[in-house]
Amino acid sequence: MLTLECPCCGVKAEETELQAGGEAHLKRYGPGSSDEEFDGYMFSRKNPRGVHFERWRHAYGCGKWFLAARCTATLEVFGTYPAQSKEPPAELQAKIKAKRPGWEGWK
Amino acid sequence: MSTRLQKGGRLIDRTKPLSFSFNGKRMRGFAGDTLASALLGQDQMMVGRSFKYHRPRGVIASGAEEPNGLVGLGQGGRFEPNQRLTTTELFEGAETASQNHWPSLEFDVGAINDRFARFLPGGFYYKTFMFPRFAWKHVFEPVIRQSAGLGRVPQNRDEDRYEYAYAFADLVIVGGGIAGLAAALAAGRQGKRVWLIEQSAHWGGRAVVDAVQIEGTEASDWVKDAVEAIEGMENVTLRTRTMASGLYDHGYLLMYERIADHTPGDGRPRHRLWRMRAGHVITATGAIERPLSFAGNDIPGVMLASAVRDYVVNWAVSPGDRTVIVTNNDDAYRTALALLDAGLVVPAIIDARPEAKGPLPEAARARGLRVVEGHGIAKVKGSKRVTGVSLCVQAGEGAELETISCDAVAMSGGWSPVVHLWSHCGGKLIWDEAQAMFRPDAKRPATGADGAAMVTAIGSANGILNAHEVLADAHSAAGGKGAAPGAVCGEDAPMMPVWIMPQGAGPALRMKMWLDPQNDVKVSDVQLAAREGYESVEHTKRYTTLGMATDQGKISNINGLAVLSDALNRGIPETGTTTFRPPYTPISMGAIAGEARGEIFQPLRKTPMHGWHETHGAHWEPVGQWRRAYCYLRHGEGVHDAVNREIRNTRNAVGLLDASTLGKIIVKGPDAGRFLDMLYTNMMSTLPVGKCRYGLMCSENGFLSDDGVVVRLTEDSWLCHTTTGGAERIHGWMEDWLQCEWWDWKVYTANVTEEYAQVAIAGPNARKLLEKLGGMDVSREAFPAMEWREGTLGGFRARIYRISFSGELSYEVAVPASEGRAFWDALLAAGEEFGVMPYGTEAMHIMRAEKGFIMIGDETDGTVIPQDLNLGWAISKKKPDYLGKRAQERSFMASPDRWKLVGLETLDGGVIPDGAYAVAEGVNANGQRNTQGRVTSTYFSPTLGKGIAMGLVRHGPDRMGEVLDFPVDDGKVVKARIVDPVFYDKEGEKQNV
Repeated sequence: MLTLECPCCGVKAEETELQAGGEAHLKRYGPGSSDEEFDGYMFSRKNPRGVHFERWRHAYGCGKWFLAARCTATLEVFGTYPAQSKEPPAELQAKIKAKRPGWEGWK
Repeated sequence: MSTRLQKGGRLIDRTKPLSFSFNGKRMRGFAGDTLASALLGQDQMMVGRSFKYHRPRGVIASGAEEPNGLVGLGQGGRFEPNQRLTTTELFEGAETASQNHWPSLEFDVGAINDRFARFLPGGFYYKTFMFPRFAWKHVFEPVIRQSAGLGRVPQNRDEDRYEYAYAFADLVIVGGGIAGLAAALAAGRQGKRVWLIEQSAHWGGRAVVDAVQIEGTEASDWVKDAVEAIEGMENVTLRTRTMASGLYDHGYLLMYERIADHTPGDGRPRHRLWRMRAGHVITATGAIERPLSFAGNDIPGVMLASAVRDYVVNWAVSPGDRTVIVTNNDDAYRTALALLDAGLVVPAIIDARPEAKGPLPEAARARGLRVVEGHGIAKVKGSKRVTGVSLCVQAGEGAELETISCDAVAMSGGWSPVVHLWSHCGGKLIWDEAQAMFRPDAKRPATGADGAAMVTAIGSANGILNAHEVLADAHSAAGGKGAAPGAVCGEDAPMMPVWIMPQGAGPALRMKMWLDPQNDVKVSDVQLAAREGYESVEHTKRYTTLGMATDQGKISNINGLAVLSDALNRGIPETGTTTFRPPYTPISMGAIAGEARGEIFQPLRKTPMHGWHETHGAHWEPVGQWRRAYCYLRHGEGVHDAVNREIRNTRNAVGLLDASTLGKIIVKGPDAGRFLDMLYTNMMSTLPVGKCRYGLMCSENGFLSDDGVVVRLTEDSWLCHTTTGGAERIHGWMEDWLQCEWWDWKVYTANVTEEYAQVAIAGPNARKLLEKLGGMDVSREAFPAMEWREGTLGGFRARIYRISFSGELSYEVAVPASEGRAFWDALLAAGEEFGVMPYGTEAMHIMRAEKGFIMIGDETDGTVIPQDLNLGWAISKKKPDYLGKRAQERSFMASPDRWKLVGLETLDGGVIPDGAYAVAEGVNANGQRNTQGRVTSTYFSPTLGKGIAMGLVRHGPDRMGEVLDFPVDDGKVVKARIVDPVFYDKEGEKQNV
């Protein structure tokens, strides 16, 4: 039963208030994309044992989507940040790098 | 025989006798008794039968680890099976009944299984219930169902109530022994918000039984003072009868409080489930004593040494006049001394260690007790109760040297820390060679959201068995300032691991050494599993059912995996333990449900007209969390007749449908048109103000997800209607794309579903009815189909959409929700002269099917694209993109072999069963008949007087007139012809009048 802090309203929300939305930072491929690109976008999802970036919605709260970086093995939460982010904030990346020296980066 | 002693018993109040019954026999106990102590006090040694062999079973333990003492407790609405005798407090009038026997506890036919025990080895079920295949249905399954399950299922509705509670704490300390109390004192003094919980009704744990000296006083006095001091701290909350059931992610702790189990019917909730969020958890859960594996260790009267001590000291119950002690450690000597203090006889202490020279054995010798070193029990004599034991050399094969007669055996195989909570969230264990136990590895704890440890184990739960060290550990773990409370307790000499007694026992003895007495798993079963190739402890558990009983192997697990390790010739740490999973002990289903039962099991959504439906014969249909009227029953009428009446009336006069549940979402902003063009397959940005358009939404994978009428309200705002069940989902879908993908688009959405009451007024007399209400021009010329108007209708602020889902002349009128009921009443009053009659959802369904309109969830199932439903006209060819467009470009989405929508008409006029498949020639790779289509909607049409259906059929639209075979039950085949799905008013004249 996770707790995540919603970066929009600041509430430390527990899992029953949240809706999970799968992997974050996906690039959408629409008409004109190759079969491989569309397949990758639609079906291929990362499932790492370790650092993972995810979409969550504060569904029974402010209603906003946000992104979270956490460790799937230890459930450590490195941080949450707005959904309107093209990549994880630099300071969050630095924090993860410090805690997980072997981490290969978010891409 | 077991009896109540004349003196002593720290927990019982002899001035308050209580009466209760066991298998209908009246019995007496005292306030403070558990059911177990009360039964033992009345010489009820045998309390049940084992699961597999139906062997006699007696109480082994005195706490949560008890595997045998399970009874059905209570009557009627308060009956519950499998209640543990050792943890159930006695109350006046308690009615108990033993389990798993027929016809009686004393004489049980099922005990025949015991005679055939060698034909029922480990893995019996897996080996036997395999072939032949047909035997499953007719032989194996009935036999298994007959013998499966322990106890009787309650037949009545639960008379008690249950509740949830929520709490937050900086620190939760689980366990109210001296470790938990010392930790609470230390943490409480620092001002933290602390909870201290204890599963039993009493504080102090084992130290008070063993009369340890703490800070110069008796442990019981120290405990009393400590509890008083903690009660004086406002920041600390104390709860007895509260068990920590499981620890989950990020400090989420489930706690189970048994409020009124001991005072049934007093009006309080029976159980309370605490949903605690803890900053940190300290487990002071103590340790559980292990049995020893010797032949006949399951006979009633063989008990854990610590339990014997508990019964004597706490409840003044003697397990027998003569108790033999058998041990591999010093602690069991305390039991011998406690028995002596109570004036009972200990004929011998059989110690498996070659030498027993510690202070405790010396004290025993000094009091004249016979200590037999290097020996073990070869065999326990007796069947329904112990009559004696025979001795053997521990290092030998079990030759019987001497027989000692006795009434009870107190055994101790060492201690296992209670590591369940520590392990629930991933805390790791290490094997402590010296004490032969798995204990928490402080270097590898479960971690919380911040990556730091969220659990600390202290005291015996941390593998520390000496009271003085326990207090020091607790004090420092809780961050205590100054010196820890000190204790005076004897120093125990090292124990010696003993997994089988005697070490070289042959097959005959091993077949009588029980590991798990509830599920009847013996040493020989685990050894057999190892010989048959089982190496993983998890597999062995499932194969032999070791530790799978209601006690979850609290006393049997370590012994079992030690036997497995030995059989596999490897170390115990390499074998490891099975996974510890919540709950620690079983919790009631009532507590899990909490208040969510009966009418408040699920919140119900009601339309403004719900009250009218309720009083006018509504036959309800659940649609999501809404209740909608399926039809309105009139006096003496059946459902089918009511539906047909409603349809005929709508087709011939005028009907009213409460359509308030339809989703209504406003989409507004400079980019709203562009946004809707991405969401819908058709073009919504070009819809003129004042008009309506039917639209389709697909998932990004191309499949049809929702449909509804879109209304252009103003230059920059649209109203999107969704299906009843789809409102929240589609609103969430819109927000997802707006917040996460197109966040720079200026669009605002609002779900206004419950702001409006909406009524469909359909039928040839619909216009007359609205004209009578007056106030708006609803003529054909002024108000054409697929347009909307706003105004005042019969005095109501109304927005009218001229849309039809029934195929009739139809107006859907939305009024503010608060005026919905008044508007409904006004329609009924004004419509009387035009034959107005409400209709329900089934009439709506049938009328739409008569018109060939699709229904999301009937014609679609998440694998259907709009093109399959001949809805290509609603897919824009001009738009460069919409959600699902790329997916629909995939080759198999454009395949001509996809099943497509057609109408189906049975040759005999009957109704085809829903979901029936049309078969094709030949069989597939699995030998099943090939198929070429299936029924998606099927009804009896009162308008046409015959069965009609819609379905998806391969190349369907090109095969009009062909007849398909639909095999149904009992080998029958329904024949149906492929026809146009529009059965009624193909030209659409009726809705355009």
